[in-house]
This record gives sequence, structure tokens and C-alpha cells, in this order.
Amino acid sequence: MQFKSMVVSNVEVSPGYFRMRMTAPKELEKTLPGQFLMLKVSESIDPLLRRPFGFFDVGVLPAEYAGGADQTYAEILFKVVGKGTKMLSTLHHGDLVDLLAPLGKSFNPGPAGEEKLLVGGGIGLAPLYYLAKELVAKGEKVRLFAGGRNRDDILCITEFERLGVETYVSTDDGTLGESGLVTEVLDRHLAPGKRIFACGPTPMLRAVAIMAERHQVPCQVSMEAYMACGVGACLGCVLPGAAHTEETPDYRCVCKDGPVFDSFELKWS
Amino acid sequence: MHKPDMTVELAGIKLRNPVMTASGTFGYGAEFAAHLDLESIGALVTKGLSLRPKAGNPTPRIVETPGGMLNAIGLQNVGIDAFITEKLPYLAKVDTPVIANLYGNTLEEYGEVASRLDALSGVAGVEVNISCPNVKQGGIVFGTDPAAAQEVVRLVRRNTKKPMIVKLSPNVTDVVAMAKACADAGADALSLINTLTGMAIDLDRRRPVLANVTGGLSGPAIKPVALRMVWQVARAVKLPLIGIGGIMNGRDALEFMLAGASAVQVGTASFLDPGAAQRIAAEMEQYLVDHKIASVASLIGALEV
Ligand SMILES: Cc1cc2nc3c(=O)[nH]c(=O)nc-3n(C[C@H](O)[C@H](O)[C@H](O)COP(=O)(O)OP(=O)(O)OC[C@H]3O[C@@H](n4cnc5c(N)ncnc54)[C@H](O)[C@@H]3O)c2cc1C
Ligand SMILES: Cc1cc2nc3c(=O)[nH]c(=O)nc-3n(C[C@H](O)[C@H](O)[C@H](O)COP(=O)(O)O)c2cc1C
Ligand code: FES
Repeated sequence: MQFKSMVVSNVEVSPGYFRMRMTAPKELEKTLPGQFLMLKVSESIDPLLRRPFGFFDVGVLPAEYAGGADQTYAEILFKVVGKGTKMLSTLHHGDLVDLLAPLGKSFNPGPAGEEKLLVGGGIGLAPLYYLAKELVAKGEKVRLFAGGRNRDDILCITEFERLGVETYVSTDDGTLGESGLVTEVLDRHLAPGKRIFACGPTPMLRAVAIMAERHQVPCQVSMEAYMACGVGACLGCVLPGAAHTEETPDYRCVCKDGPVFDSFELKWS
Repeated sequence: MHKPDMTVELAGIKLRNPVMTASGTFGYGAEFAAHLDLESIGALVTKGLSLRPKAGNPTPRIVETPGGMLNAIGLQNVGIDAFITEKLPYLAKVDTPVIANLYGNTLEEYGEVASRLDALSGVAGVEVNISCPNVKQGGIVFGTDPAAAQEVVRLVRRNTKKPMIVKLSPNVTDVVAMAKACADAGADALSLINTLTGMAIDLDRRRPVLANVTGGLSGPAIKPVALRMVWQVARAVKLPLIGIGGIMNGRDALEFMLAGASAVQVGTASFLDPGAAQRIAAEMEQYLVDHKIASVASLIGALEV
């Protein structure tokens, strides 16, 4: 659905990273972890296209704190990388944005009782918090592996810890947690009977997908692509599927078939 | 005042209002059903259809540029067979004329697709894409050479009795010559413009942004070019015209009608606002009410120069 939403808060949680809360209609409470929204940053034609963001959280502020009626909200966690996100970072309480949401396919939580391994690289942590919240609510055992270049890229870890998620942090430069790649830490925890949910830069996802296959652990990845429509109409956001070759092309739409894919659905080489 | 008369007629097709969706920006219609009332728009134009399914170009395929976007989708589509079995049954239930946009990789394919579509009662008319700048052996050959364009249009004409719209490329020196060539070859209407070929460069990586290197520019950035071309063609050719290019609101659409268009198509705008086509039709009507204009058709070509 398309709707106008009011910015409730927009906080710089780490240098260059913002967490923004927006009001949302009640229907958004049905949003599933892994789905995304398309946000029109300004009414002008610059930037022209909507920008896609995962749901960091969706919740309800109860009536007694929301001034008389329950208020549904959605949160995004975003990194300033260009014009649109720069403008987004300047919004504050009371500003209006136009949203299209919820879009795309969600993570499949998998059977109960499995250990759920969440793997996030940098801003890739964004959709994992909402997922962690849902998994914890179901009573699942959840571990989070968070990686980044340095400590500034490790976002909202305490939020995960407050849920009771066991967290493992690694940074390239060792300024927080272990020094090295998040995949090295993950590798030590892989065993059958677990399930991976990963989001982050493509090289990280590739490494995770290959590792998951080696350990026979089911793995879902949340992918990114340039998007225009977000509803499967422009065919701008495709990625090659596993069987893709130049002679027998097989493209998957990130906005409609994804953004969450089983890692074996995609071509990694 | 009475409700203004928003209907227009286009090569025998009656439209409830002049707003159509542009090929490639509205999927096969169903994608947008949740966002607007498909029965509130004038006509629906499908993604470009080819004889066989087409996978399209490598990625990245799109990038935003100031006031517009470049795309190099590569005419990805489900192919005529899947269109008939999977897409058309849904569209047949919608009370809005469906225009099938078609193209061929070869001259013969144009003829074959046209004759397949001719047999379908759910298709009100065809729009022939002679101008796609993305596919190497495709559109560019036909759409930029009057003789080649004429050959395609004649062949499609022989293969269909349905109203035939020919969609013109702006990537030509003389759009009027192209328009005349297509008119002579039997077009019932002309739509213009398709995207303008452009490119974007990533300075730091020293690479083109699009995998295809070049792509088609659409959106508000191309509106002045499109208006100029519609105006030029309207003065030279008697056929009804469909104005396309950067239409974002009702005022934009009405400007195209003043320039000589009988109808308009909304493209990129549907990406930012999936309800754009319906909204634009409503905005046009409101303009007529506000300015006490009884019929939208009275504005066609009413530009005062
Ligand atoms: C399904 C999905 C979910 C996403 N979730 C989040 C999220 O939760 N938090 C977040 O911060 N970002 C997320 N992104 C990426 C975000 O959409 C882009 O960073 C944003 O669109 C950039 O806009 P801009 O105008 O600031 O940058 P632009 O000026 O458009 O571009 C600046 C730089 O960002 C890169 N870029 C632009 N768009 C994308 C894109 N779609 N994917 C990858 N790189 C891009 C460009 O290559 C360029 O180098 C998501 C993307 C997708 C497809
Ligand atoms: C993503 C995309 C895909 C398109 N695909 C087609 C197509 O298949 N056939 C066609 O004739 N035109 C195609 N077009 C061109 C549009 O129909 C239209 O002519 C152009 O975008 C200009 O209008 P706009 O500025 O309103 O978008 C496409 C445009 C875009 C942006
Ligand atoms: S963004 Fe348009 S098809 Fe995915």
C-alpha cells in the first residue's frame, strides 16, 4: 500500500548511520521480517525514484503513551551513501514521507527448535533486528554474527542483546570484537540443524552461501539491487539465478521474487 | 457545471479519458491492481512482447540521473505464448482497452507477433515498437531509418486488422520524416517519444554504470524534447498522436494535448507513484472543471503560437 507517514524520530546511532521511526497504518503490523519499503525522500523530482529500505522494526506504541490511540510505527536503519540518504538524514519529527510498503518476500523462519544464525555485514544488520525479534518471540535460540570495517559499522548491538540474542562481533581493524571477517567466526558455529539468515555486501553473502553449502546448512540471503518500481514491473532489479548462463538466461526480480532468496536459488560465481 | 467530457477516440478505440500507461512501465497491468483502479484509465499498454520469451540485459540495468532515469532492460518479456495464457485472461476481465506493444528481433518476427495478436479478442490494438535503443540487432535498425521503419510498418499492417499505433524513436535527426514514413506505410496513430539514448559514468571506477553501457533516458528530463517532437509531428501528419515523455501530473498531460496529442502515456511516473495514471486523469479533469472547459478533446492541438 501507498501512504504518507510522519517522521517520529531520526537519530544518528553511529557516524553516518541513522535510525528513523515513522508512523504507519495498522495494516503494516502484518509486515514480515525481510520485507522492505520504498520511500520517496522528497516531493520534488530530485531525487526522482523511491529508495528501498528494509524494516528494522515494526511495532505499536500503546494508546496510553501515544496520546489516546494505539500508534503503529515502522523503523528503518540507514547509511548515508548518496543524495537520497543524505536528505533523509536531515528529516526530523513532524516531517512527512511517502511510503510504499510492505513489499517483497520475507525470511522463512524455518522449523522450530533449530538454532537460528543471523549474519549481518554493516548496514546489512538492518532487517535482522526485526527478524531476531520475531524469532525470539517464538522462543527460538538466536545468535547474531555482526561484521564491519570498524566499530562504527557495528550497529545497534545492544538492541539485539536486550532481546537475549547471543552476539558475535568482528571488525576488519579489530576496533570492536574479534579482528577479521564475520564469516570466519560464523564458520566455527556451522553444523547441521542450524539455519542461516544473512544480509550485507555481496562478497560477504557469497562467502556465507558457499560456506553454508559446504556445511549443508540452509541459508537465506537478502539481496540489494537498483530499483525503480519495487513491484515487479520495470524489471530493473534482476539478479542471475543459479542456472543462468548467457545462452539460457534466468533472471530473478529482487523486489518481487526477493529480496530474500534461498542461497541456492542464485548464481554466485 | 457538468462533468467535463474526458473521452477521446484514438484510431477507432474509445478511451474513457486520454491517459494510457506506457509500455514497460506498467508490467502486464496486474502488478498495479493494488495501487489503482485499472478501470479508471484510458487504456493499458503492455510490456513489449516478442515471439519468444526474452531474458533481457545483464545488470545493473537502471540508474537514476538528474530528473530522470536510464534503463537498459533489454526488452525482457514473457513472450507471446505466455502472454496469451498467463497475462491476457486477467486483462480480459478488466473493462479497459488493452494495447499490446510488440517488437521483433527480425523483420519476420514483427509480422509473426502481429498476426498472433490479431487473433486475440482481448487486444484492442497494437503498438509497434520500432525504436528500442537497447537491443543490438533490434529496434535501432528499424526506428532510425525511414525505409527500414516503413518496411516494418507495412509488414505489421499486412498482419493485423487491429488499430495500429507506431511508436517513434526520438534518436533521429528528423522525426517528421520518420512520422511521414510510418503514416505512408499504414499506421493508424503514432506514439512518441520512446526513450532517448544516454549513458552514465562512474568516475571513480572508470566504468559505465549500466552493464549495457548505454540506456534509454526517461522521466521529467525528456519532457521538453518530447513536447517539441509532438508539436512538430502534429503540424506535419494528419494521424492522431499519443504524447509520451516525462508526464508527472495533469498539467504535463494537458500540455501534450495542446501540442497536438489526442492521448498521452504515463511511464516513469508510475514507478514513483504506482497510482500515477489514475491521479493524472483526475488532475486533468479537475483542470477542465476549474477552467470551465467542456471537453478534453477541444484542447487537442489548441496551442496558440
Ligand atoms: C531491498 C533493499 C533493502 C535495502 N535496505 C537498506 C537498509 O535497510 N538500509 C540502508 O541503509 N540501505 C538499504 N538499501 C540500500 C539503499 O536503498 C541505498 O543505499 C539507497 O537507495 C541509496 O540512495 P542515495 O540516493 O543515498 O544514493 P545514490 O545517490 O542513489 O547512490 C549513492 C551510492 O549508493 C549506491 N546505491 C544506490 N542504490 C543502491 C541500492 N539499491 N543498492 C545498493 N547500492 C546502491 C550507488 O551505487 C552509489 O554508489 C536497501 C536496498 C534494497 C534493494
Ligand atoms: C524501464 C522501462 C522499460 C521500458 N520498456 C519499453 C518497452 O518494452 N517497449 C516500449 O515501446 N517502450 C518501453 N519503454 C519506454 C516507455 O514506454 C516510454 O516511452 C518512455 O519511458 C518515456 O516516457 P516517460 O518519460 O513517461 O517514462 C520503457 C521505459 C522504461 C523506463
Ligand atoms: S524494481 Fe522494478 S521490477 Fe524490481
